[in-house]
Amino acid sequence: MKKRLATLAALVTLTPLTLAACGDDSPPANATVDSLTLLDYYSDEPTNSLVQALVDKCGTAIGTKINRTAVPGPSLIQKVLQQASSKTLPDVLMLDNPDIQQIAATGALAPLGDYGIKTDGYAEGPVSAATYKGKLYGLQPAANTIGIFYNKDVLTKAGVTPPTTWDELKSTAKKLTTGDQYGFAFNATADFEGAWQFLPPMWTNGGDETKLKDPQVAEALALWKDLVDSGVSSKSVVTWGQGDVNDQFIAGKAAMMLNGPWNIPAIDKAKVNFGVVSFPVNKAGQTSTAPLGGEAWTVPQTGNKAKMSKAAEFVKCMNSDENQMQRAKDGGLVPTKLALADKFKTEVPSMAGFVDAVAHARARTGKLGEKWPDTAKVIYTGMQLVLTGQAAPADAMAKAGA
Amino acid sequence: MTKTTSPASARSTGRRGEEITKILFVVPAAVAIVVLFGYPVVKNLVMSFQDYTLATFFTGEAPWVGLQNFATVVGDALFTKALVNTALFTAGSIAGQFAIGLALALFFHRNFPLNRVVRALFLLPWLMPLIVGSAAWRAVLEQDSGILNVTLERLGIIDSPVPWLASSDVALVSVILVNIWLGIPFNLTLLYSGLQDIPEELYEAAALDGATGWRSFRYITWPNLREVVGIVLMLGVIYTLKVIDIILGLTHGGPANATETIATQSYERSFVEFKFGQGAALSNILIVISLAFAILYLRATRRRIDE
Repeated sequence: MKKRLATLAALVTLTPLTLAACGDDSPPANATVDSLTLLDYYSDEPTNSLVQALVDKCGTAIGTKINRTAVPGPSLIQKVLQQASSKTLPDVLMLDNPDIQQIAATGALAPLGDYGIKTDGYAEGPVSAATYKGKLYGLQPAANTIGIFYNKDVLTKAGVTPPTTWDELKSTAKKLTTGDQYGFAFNATADFEGAWQFLPPMWTNGGDETKLKDPQVAEALALWKDLVDSGVSSKSVVTWGQGDVNDQFIAGKAAMMLNGPWNIPAIDKAKVNFGVVSFPVNKAGQTSTAPLGGEAWTVPQTGNKAKMSKAAEFVKCMNSDENQMQRAKDGGLVPTKLALADKFKTEVPSMAGFVDAVAHARARTGKLGEKWPDTAKVIYTGMQLVLTGQAAPADAMAKAGA
Repeated sequence: MTKTTSPASARSTGRRGEEITKILFVVPAAVAIVVLFGYPVVKNLVMSFQDYTLATFFTGEAPWVGLQNFATVVGDALFTKALVNTALFTAGSIAGQFAIGLALALFFHRNFPLNRVVRALFLLPWLMPLIVGSAAWRAVLEQDSGILNVTLERLGIIDSPVPWLASSDVALVSVILVNIWLGIPFNLTLLYSGLQDIPEELYEAAALDGATGWRSFRYITWPNLREVVGIVLMLGVIYTLKVIDIILGLTHGGPANATETIATQSYERSFVEFKFGQGAALSNILIVISLAFAILYLRATRRRIDE
């Protein structure tokens, strides 16, 4: 008898669980939602606590508890894939901007337009990164990009100013190359990071990721090659990640580097007196164009309509003017609403060099969408063929499979 | 129940019970093999015939594409290079690891003070997380300020710094050298324990007959060690074929694909490009190669037992 009672009790407790697991029985859109799950990759301090504070703030604002999980960057997509196959996607998902279209293409994300989210007044880059087949799937509060960092003390001592053209980049770097110190450092590894660092010269010179065999791209490759061959950049650039490049800059082994604002805390800590300018242009009249970085908030298709609409409210809150400014200040980023940029420039002068760059920043997936990873592979392979002397700039991309 | 059955049927039930018990003992191991070994292998095999991509995780659909994945990966311009690199990497690593491991094992087989301490120190590479090891080696092999180049230059052995990881001609050699460093403890440990199993009397008897030094190695040590050598080499080949972490940590397959192997290609296709079908096809090719070595080894040992 006792046994039977226990079985009955177990059945009773299990029933609501099984019911909840059925997608079809999801509560109507106006049902109350007492909690949302959220997944992001801000697992390192201090970003972790800073993002947590913003998430809590928005949770309070929309009247919902947010259960946040942060995983290390490289494992985010794998985690999302596991969750997708076990139908346990979070209600709110952070995605790196070049991944949004790939994930959206699988049908896992909800179009944000359905929840009245609009992107008027946003910079073009973040919007094009999050738009797949005409629909918006993510909203990015703040963005970054890469520019030229220079060591003010070293440049003053050498009597030179930061470069504004490619010729100046070469000549300035030459003057700054002495003893242990290289003039310029960049990252040219055989991965997506290396491809991302090649985009400023390629795009600024009018090169296009859909026409990699064009001379504009070859000229950009020739610039990288000249810098290494003339000895103003180390041959080791083919093995240096962006973190290594920053280490070289901080150690005084590079007077200038191509890098992003996330390095500023480390540079400040090392008390290096630095300035930032946009990547130089090849010819007069060109606009310096760098790739867009940063993450967006998305709403996965979980099947629970009430939660999805609450999640969209949360995404909106994370993108309010106040929260965009806060996130930008916390994370060494620039707000993606153009109207906020000027205010931001005056409040955070050290980021001024990046504000214009973000306004013009181009999304890697803007033209190619989910095809970007294939092209990125061609770009970094071609770049490495040139830097190791196995192909001339003119035919490297063809040899790499363009 | 038992009260009503006759003694004869009780005995047969007992025997059947014994049979069931036997099976029950096998079940846990069988389940473990099927779940942990059989399932992944079969799944990987099936996956290599499917268009298995990111979307599959969301929709559960993976269309059957026959041999298309294999055609794509084998037809890739990089495949031959990756295959040659895999062969060079494996042969180079095994030769180096085994030769140095055997030399060290013979060295430590003698009795001398601090023997245990020094031998324990040789195990360090094994204890270090691979990612830490490769980061440290990347610093050591750094072209401009790496300790290796600086040392060699100060000693006057080289005039200009060697681009250990930055040149597509040298990178594969560097990666092999690091992998040798990593594999020495494994070879040393197994060969050393093999040496300890050789009875001391054999050497004493041989010494009386005048066989010492090289001759005692040739006629006593080597024949008695052959069994262990076979295992060390076979495991070494299988472990080396699938190495990815050390290559990804050191060169990421670069520069200009100089250190791409079948294993790194498989990883790239699966977890960077999310073309899981193609990644599975490459890893199946790798499994077949490993299997070939395993069969060779098994046949060799069987012949020895038959003899």
